[in-house]
Amino acid sequence: MTDLKPVPVPNADTQAFWDACNENRLLFQTCKDCGHTQFYPRAVCVSCESRNLKWHDSAKLGTVHSYTIVQRAPSPAFKADAPYLLALIDLDEGFRMMVNILNCPTDAASIGMKVHIVFEDREGQKVPQAAPLN
Amino acid sequence: MPKHAVISGVHNTKVGSVPDSTVMSLHSEAAFGALADAGLKLSDIDGVLCAYAITETYPMLSSAFCEYVGVAPNFNAGLHGGGATAAMMAMQAAALVRNGDCRHVLCVAGENRLTGMTRDKAVAALAEFGHPQFEQPYGVNIPAAYALVAQRYLHETGATLEHLAALAVLHRTHAAMHPDAHMTEAITLDDVANARTISDPLRLLDCCLISDGGAAFIVSASETAGDMKKSSPAILGTGQGHTHEHILAAPSLTSFGCKMSSATAFGKAGVTTSDIDVAEIYDSFTITLLIELESIGFYEKGEAGEAALRGELTHGGKMPCNTHGGLLSFGHSGAAGGMFHIVEAVRQLRGEADIRQVPDANLAFVHGDGGILSAHCSMILGNT
Repeated sequence: MTDLKPVPVPNADTQAFWDACNENRLLFQTCKDCGHTQFYPRAVCVSCESRNLKWHDSAKLGTVHSYTIVQRAPSPAFKADAPYLLALIDLDEGFRMMVNILNCPTDAASIGMKVHIVFEDREGQKVPQAAPLN
Repeated sequence: MPKHAVISGVHNTKVGSVPDSTVMSLHSEAAFGALADAGLKLSDIDGVLCAYAITETYPMLSSAFCEYVGVAPNFNAGLHGGGATAAMMAMQAAALVRNGDCRHVLCVAGENRLTGMTRDKAVAALAEFGHPQFEQPYGVNIPAAYALVAQRYLHETGATLEHLAALAVLHRTHAAMHPDAHMTEAITLDDVANARTISDPLRLLDCCLISDGGAAFIVSASETAGDMKKSSPAILGTGQGHTHEHILAAPSLTSFGCKMSSATAFGKAGVTTSDIDVAEIYDSFTITLLIELESIGFYEKGEAGEAALRGELTHGGKMPCNTHGGLLSFGHSGAAGGMFHIVEAVRQLRGEADIRQVPDANLAFVHGDGGILSAHCSMILGNT
């Protein structure tokens, strides 16, 4: 049994992404051949099969596409946080990610709410999270 | 002339708490039940398809099953499509039969998920379905992922929590008519509304059960039909649709691969939704079924919940659905969960569904989905 929250383990596809998180930067990929924007990081463009991908810095601003208030935590590590906000965020650059919304009462979350990405330290690896914009 | 495929035998074990059951005992009981139903012997089986299990793990479950019961088929494989696995087995088995590789393919699944593992272990095992780097760090589990879908669906359509509750009540009503069902105690819309929230907006009674149970069916070449004890409904059309595994990568939270899988199956069978007499559609959560009824085309977007409240999804209604009680109330035991839908469809088409029988049921629609509405397989079954 562990009471530590999962820490992402980078691999060859994602090392640059997680290294950038440790500098409070949020990276995403576009395809040099077709211009498609994608997340999570991969070695291949899902739109045109190209392997020619480019990293960009996100402005870290986005909108809540959907959210839920998790009452029953999936593991002991999250029990102390419950109830907590889990959300899918559409970043302004056109990609979607899953995060928790921090610093937000659970009843204040809404679809369409503007958020910015902040970083939470997990045993030396920072992970992106969201917080209300104002 | 190409052979076509029929379902010659079906069986489900008792579902719910089945003390002293194991993965293999449930597989065996289901398999021998389906053989008896078809009037076949184990030695008639020349193809075997199994799925997966988490209470007892085997690197090759299908080989382990064949070893356990003592069968040496010409074709043997395991499929991993979550809740779509059972329908995918039928599609694969039909292809084997039509291709002449097999005459009788046994498709079997079963698991003691209720008594074979602690509740915490079951919940933790299901949590491992999230993307390891981009979902699991955020404390997602399967109900939370479906809750993200539900929240967006309610936002876009104006559907209400009462619409979700109507489906929970419907399934309990149907399960009460089945002697093997896990949960049969009547519930009301208020009971659903007052149940504790698991992941907002989904409440406990919006979520499927965790059950022990097993199921099996046999897909046979149509020219063997004369050997069978009972009538054998034909597999008239099948189709699949795949858009993502992880919910963060789903192209939409309100339109899914069931649209493609069902369109393909209907096209192959040459029928439409209005021809269907009874539908057995995957219902891991109330939201799952609501979205699938609409994506597949039985209802316009946002209208299936009202239809449930009007009684259209039960006996005497326009589209009797999940007449056995579904995953929500009949039971859910891993890959066998989606197989119960196939078993019920065959019983309906044979006129064997007792007090659950939909009169003159000749054409059934079956649908399974795996993951977070990720992998879809649809099937049309009919009396020919």
